Amino acid sequence: MASLRASDRGSPLRDDLLRLLTCGSVDDGKSTLIGRLLHDSDLLYDDYLAAVLKDSTVSGHAGGQVDLALLADGLKAEREQGITIDVAHLYFSTRRRSFIIADAPGHEQYTRNMATGASTADLAVILVDVAKGVTSQTRRHSAIVSLLGIRAVVVAVNKMDLVGYAEDRFDAIAAEVSDLAGALGLPAPVCIPMSALHGDCIVERGGNMPWYDGPSLIEHLEQVEVGPAAGPAAAPEHFDVLRLPVQLVIRPDQSFRGYAGTVCSGTLRPGDDVRIEPSGLITTVERIVTFDGDLDEAGPGRAVTVTTAEPIDIGRGDILCSPDRPPERAREFTATLVWMSGSDLMVGRDYQLQQAGQSLRCRVTEPVRRLDVDTLTSAPASSMTLNDIASVTLRTDAELMFDPYEQNRITGSFILIDPRDNATVAAGMIKAATRAAHIIPSAGRVSPQTRAKLLGHRALTVWFTGLPGSGKSTLARAAEAELAAAGVFACVLDGDNLRFGLNADLGFSPEDRAENIRRAGEVAALLHRYGAVVLAAFISPYRQDRDRVRNLHPAGTFMEVFVDAPLDVCEERDPKGLYAKARAGVIPDLTGVSAPYEPPAAPELRIDTASTDVGRAAAQVVDEVLALIRGPRRGGGPLASGSRGR
Amino acid sequence: MTRPTNSKSPPAPLSRPEAGEFPDRLRRLEDESIHIIREVRAQFSNPVMLYSIGKDSSVMLHLARKAFHPGPIPFPLLHIDTTWKFSEMIAFRDRMADEIGFELVVYTNPDGVAAQINPFDHSSQHYTDVMKTQALKQALDAGRYDAAFGGARRDEERSRAKERVFSFRDRLHRWDPRNQRPELWNHYNGRISAGESIRVFPLSNWTELDVWHYIAANGIEVVPLYFAAPRPVVERDGTLVMVDDDRFRFEAGERPETRSVRFRTLGCYPLTGAVESTAATVSEVAAEMAGATRSEREGRVIDHDQSGSMEEKKREGYF
Repeated sequence: MASLRASDRGSPLRDDLLRLLTCGSVDDGKSTLIGRLLHDSDLLYDDYLAAVLKDSTVSGHAGGQVDLALLADGLKAEREQGITIDVAHLYFSTRRRSFIIADAPGHEQYTRNMATGASTADLAVILVDVAKGVTSQTRRHSAIVSLLGIRAVVVAVNKMDLVGYAEDRFDAIAAEVSDLAGALGLPAPVCIPMSALHGDCIVERGGNMPWYDGPSLIEHLEQVEVGPAAGPAAAPEHFDVLRLPVQLVIRPDQSFRGYAGTVCSGTLRPGDDVRIEPSGLITTVERIVTFDGDLDEAGPGRAVTVTTAEPIDIGRGDILCSPDRPPERAREFTATLVWMSGSDLMVGRDYQLQQAGQSLRCRVTEPVRRLDVDTLTSAPASSMTLNDIASVTLRTDAELMFDPYEQNRITGSFILIDPRDNATVAAGMIKAATRAAHIIPSAGRVSPQTRAKLLGHRALTVWFTGLPGSGKSTLARAAEAELAAAGVFACVLDGDNLRFGLNADLGFSPEDRAENIRRAGEVAALLHRYGAVVLAAFISPYRQDRDRVRNLHPAGTFMEVFVDAPLDVCEERDPKGLYAKARAGVIPDLTGVSAPYEPPAAPELRIDTASTDVGRAAAQVVDEVLALIRGPRRGGGPLASGSRGR
Repeated sequence: MTRPTNSKSPPAPLSRPEAGEFPDRLRRLEDESIHIIREVRAQFSNPVMLYSIGKDSSVMLHLARKAFHPGPIPFPLLHIDTTWKFSEMIAFRDRMADEIGFELVVYTNPDGVAAQINPFDHSSQHYTDVMKTQALKQALDAGRYDAAFGGARRDEERSRAKERVFSFRDRLHRWDPRNQRPELWNHYNGRISAGESIRVFPLSNWTELDVWHYIAANGIEVVPLYFAAPRPVVERDGTLVMVDDDRFRFEAGERPETRSVRFRTLGCYPLTGAVESTAATVSEVAAEMAGATRSEREGRVIDHDQSGSMEEKKREGYF
């Protein structure tokens, strides 16, 4: 009987961990194979086996024999159905390696489970029934394995006993598999003939296939090289590119400030220059701190805490990266989605995109091209349903930092969450930005802290929103003068002024209004970045547009002021004669009259200009501004735990 | 049945790390767990770590210290005290809280105490439901915790093998195994509505042997009950039950006898079976473990009420 004791097999003792994905259709004997691995590696406890024996008589499908398949089919409901419904995790070890099996079901409805198992796997084992050959299931599984970026693949040609252990039958399948891999752009997989039922070539090679001189399945798994131990890492040529997304800031007291996160790729060493995205600042790594002492270097997969030479404002969602190789940044990019929800994709509806510490709103835009994994062709579609795979374009509210998935499995992937019920509805793998893909913003060494020291205050954007005639510009100008008198570098951005130049090409349709605010927001953020206190006065009627501007700013450095006055008061003031023109039909889309205004839900400051005179209102703004830019910093306790919501 | 009957002979398929040694296998598990623990702190406003005082909890606690070093653990630890834990466990718990300096919250179901629910007069199902499951739900509600760490491992029991790392619970703390959020890469979805919560299992991918090796490699202190010593026990239905205090109810003809025993898992003393053993150190335990032929939860009476019973308990809110 096969046993895993052969210590003379010659492969080195690694004592590391390999994560496997097993995929095959219901009848390929996959559960039997897994049961066999556990059984033959002696990690099966007697009471576990006794429970299986008991179940075998109740629901087993192996006709009185111990049904090894039941070992892999955990949940009671599944045992009753005889099929696997979800991803099960199983654990076994040999002398040389530990293994975690993610068992993805073979039933064709369960693409989502296979994708889930594949996302953390180092290696995939695809089962093929030798009597049936390469089926559409095999093609489907291979396509998903390829899509999820698993480079190491073993094809287990099972049930060799059913064809009399015939070499030519195995060879025919190996040739077919090799063609399939080529079509998918996968490296040629390792093919192993076996019989899980009888134990041939699982652990020992056995005597039934003298013509086969390759390794048994276990021998192969013990020896195979799969790249960095972190597994979900980058394609080989991108191993050296540093990516360390910051999870949180560790700041137990004033003397220590460290940035905690897991290295996705690359290696970090004290003294290295690193670039902080999205700020683009470059700083030097001071220490790599762990509970067990400082490290000389930290490679892929290591969970570490980093301190920097200069105090820099780094928070969750920022990425530490190689100075000359920052991630891409875009608001529009193409990706492959695997749809995982019973509710169909709604094109144009809001979803929440989550990746590492980044979390932002996004919409899927057309075209959606659905992939037929059997034929590997795609066709236009208007939606996606459960288990669909499609190529889509996504548009986010703010810039996403990312790498193409083929370069990095963590910074290249994301999940989509339905904000209505918080369900995870899709998994995404990014292909490329739709434009501006090759723009790498230049980086400087002058930090916001340095600029703040120069100016004597921190940067801030004050965003005045309200109806026409509510007093936004008047208030902003008054505040500007007072702030200048107090030695503050303050400047006003005004809607009408911008429309003379930068925004001269824009009208007043909802789209143009959105673009008007987008540009104004970018200018405000730019001035903000250089240390200014920006006083921006824009009607900015849509909440979504204002929130987008807010998201361009670091948390706590954006202040929304709702300049609130009843419509009749504004209309009575009518300083520019707009209301009169609108009532006369000369202006078609005036906010408040013939276009909507969405008041802020939670502004930092609300000023009722109907009952407050300009001087008092400006003083209120100035007090608040001075407290924010010169007072103690607000928010961000010892653990700045919130997302920046970029 | 084709099982080889004598293949257990040379134990310890993996090397046994000594203090300070870290095989890649343990490093990778540790890094993954630290990532998970940090992610919870970052995504939730009020997390809590369940502290059962057992070996898995001890490892989880150690990982939490590592995750936030040099800062303190930024959330409290919660112990559900059924009042029937081994007395050594309670002493150990209080000493750890003192030495490590974490915030400890202890909760006991007052209704259960008032009704004098105990494991002798009441069935194990009823007792567990009142003193553990209900107590846990009460404590989580009282603390308004939005995330609760548990030390469960997927290799412990079959229904746990399908549990997510971030496992969603509705307002009534119920688990729906058929409607779980898919979990991909290391992007954990912690979004919830008010009143809902997430149970988090940072040790999901650890095996019992990994836990012991990690304890050895880090010199983590565990309750001495894990190591063999002469202890007073009675044998009941094939299970060795320890006589931990004078509340023990002897059945007719039962008398305590002193045997060298240890525990693979720790719970309420009348419901936790001991195993005969001479393994008195961490490395001896790990060696014994590697050659073990019985799974660790076998000693837990409550798991075997009926086939699939852990899954049913979990649906109702048990960890």
